[in-house]
Amino acid sequence: MISDDTAAYTAALAELLLSGEERERAKKDLSEILGYIERMNELDTEGIEPVPFLFPAANVFRGDAVTNKDSREELLANAPDRSGDFFRVPKTVD
Amino acid sequence: MKNYETVIGLEVHAELATKSKIFCGCTTQFGGPPNTQCCPVCTGMPGTLPVLNRRVVEFAAAAGLATGCGITRRCRFDRKNYFYPDLPKAYQISQLYLPICRNGSIEIETDAGKKSVGIHEIHIEEDAGKLVHDPLEDCTFIDYNRCGVPLIEIVSEPDMRSAGEAVAYLEKLRLILQYLGVSDCRMQEGSLRADINLSVREAGQAELGTRTEMKNLNSFRAIARAVEGERRRQIEVLESGGRIVQETRRWDDGRNMSFSMRSKEEAQDYRYFPEPDLPPVEIGEEWLDEIRKRQPELRDAKMLRYEREYGIPAYDAAILTGSKRLADIFEETSALCGNPKEVSNWLMVETLRLLREEEQEPEELTLEPAKLASLIGLIEEGTVNRTTAKEVFEKIFREQVDPVIYVRENGLAMVRDDGLLRETVRRVIEDNPQSAADFLSGKEKALGFLVGRAMKELRGRGDPGRVGALLKEALKQRPGSP
Repeated sequence: MISDDTAAYTAALAELLLSGEERERAKKDLSEILGYIERMNELDTEGIEPVPFLFPAANVFRGDAVTNKDSREELLANAPDRSGDFFRVPKTVD
Repeated sequence: MKNYETVIGLEVHAELATKSKIFCGCTTQFGGPPNTQCCPVCTGMPGTLPVLNRRVVEFAAAAGLATGCGITRRCRFDRKNYFYPDLPKAYQISQLYLPICRNGSIEIETDAGKKSVGIHEIHIEEDAGKLVHDPLEDCTFIDYNRCGVPLIEIVSEPDMRSAGEAVAYLEKLRLILQYLGVSDCRMQEGSLRADINLSVREAGQAELGTRTEMKNLNSFRAIARAVEGERRRQIEVLESGGRIVQETRRWDDGRNMSFSMRSKEEAQDYRYFPEPDLPPVEIGEEWLDEIRKRQPELRDAKMLRYEREYGIPAYDAAILTGSKRLADIFEETSALCGNPKEVSNWLMVETLRLLREEEQEPEELTLEPAKLASLIGLIEEGTVNRTTAKEVFEKIFREQVDPVIYVRENGLAMVRDDGLLRETVRRVIEDNPQSAADFLSGKEKALGFLVGRAMKELRGRGDPGRVGALLKEALKQRPGSP
């Protein structure tokens, strides 16, 4: 079972504010996911290469060519907020 | 005070000199108006997918080959998750588990002698956007033009022991990348950035001390000062009985000290996982051979060749090859005029002098080889003398004039008409009877003065040797001469 601390930490990393009820539900969901992974751990994977990519593809490239034009207005139209030619977000300090 | 040893490792980010971004067809050009070089892919719009720029792989592999690294034949990308608005996807595509290059080294030389600095790895990643914090509106503006520009991060081993070694390493690395053409390495434009990992330990101690990481270093001078400053700070902490906290610090070059950047309570947790949107990259023998064949001559080899092939002294060869731009101009001009020693002379003396005067770096040189070659031609054929040539060179340097046209339009060609020269000589003798008499009474020095006068009359356009000969001739023919 996922502990309260782990649930709170995971929520913080995802920048989520969870109510008490939401946290209980998240704990249950996460525990089920981990349970599923636990089941997979029962399989014998000795000598089997990890499969980080599911499709039988490799070396999918584009050539080094500039194909895009300025689309600032379109992009800014999809932004939550803008200021002049910039995207605008609440103040962030590192 | 105890004797401390400084241990330094550098993480260098170099923006790759590709035309387009790493995962989309946006331009990588520097300095465009805000947000005009972006698209749905690099601004992280939902539903978009990255497609890797083939040249990014080739550039990264080229950097690895040039630094003696092993190339990972089957490499892939990983996703580094963090929420910060400079990366609109909320993750950076990078390489953690299988970086493209590993285990290399480069040799550096300082006053302490030669040594090898290990390269732990080189990995590929994407650059982030630029944030501007507005104190008035209390909000942050973002320009995503740099977002998705390809980077390589070159991670050294903690093999350096002084600011001098750190700077020598970075200079060597910069030259390698510039010669390869994989990055223009302009620190002032941020296309080369260094983070310093530094720790101190008592001399003779085997294990490493706790290190700090310093960011925000954008010049060689700042790096040298940051190393000194952080070394001093850590020793002071230890001497006063404290202990070093592992943290990220920001170097403030104006105030000559570093500041802790820790603002978050929890440690960074990037939750890396294999990037699901990009298939793996397989670098076969054939492709690697192609890349290997394209490797240009690097600095060390070029330096030796200049000495051997052109008879350039070692010191000059080191300076000429100390900037890719300078070396390119040297070679192109030499090929055009066939006089490498003369070309070297113009670059070593006048060009470096003017660069210093303008406070410019050799990399910023706009000098055109064809123009320098044609100026050298004018000297060789006797059209201009050296004094005039220096004047013309300054005009080429500052205003990109064409030397042939400039000399013609300004009447700077040497006077080769003996009639005009004789006339000038006659006038100079008449105007300076005392000097003429001095010469005739055996004072050889007086001739120099008269030559100077004549050259002035000719506005520098005479051949001093010829003028001197005509002067002597005229003086000896004067009545009253012995």
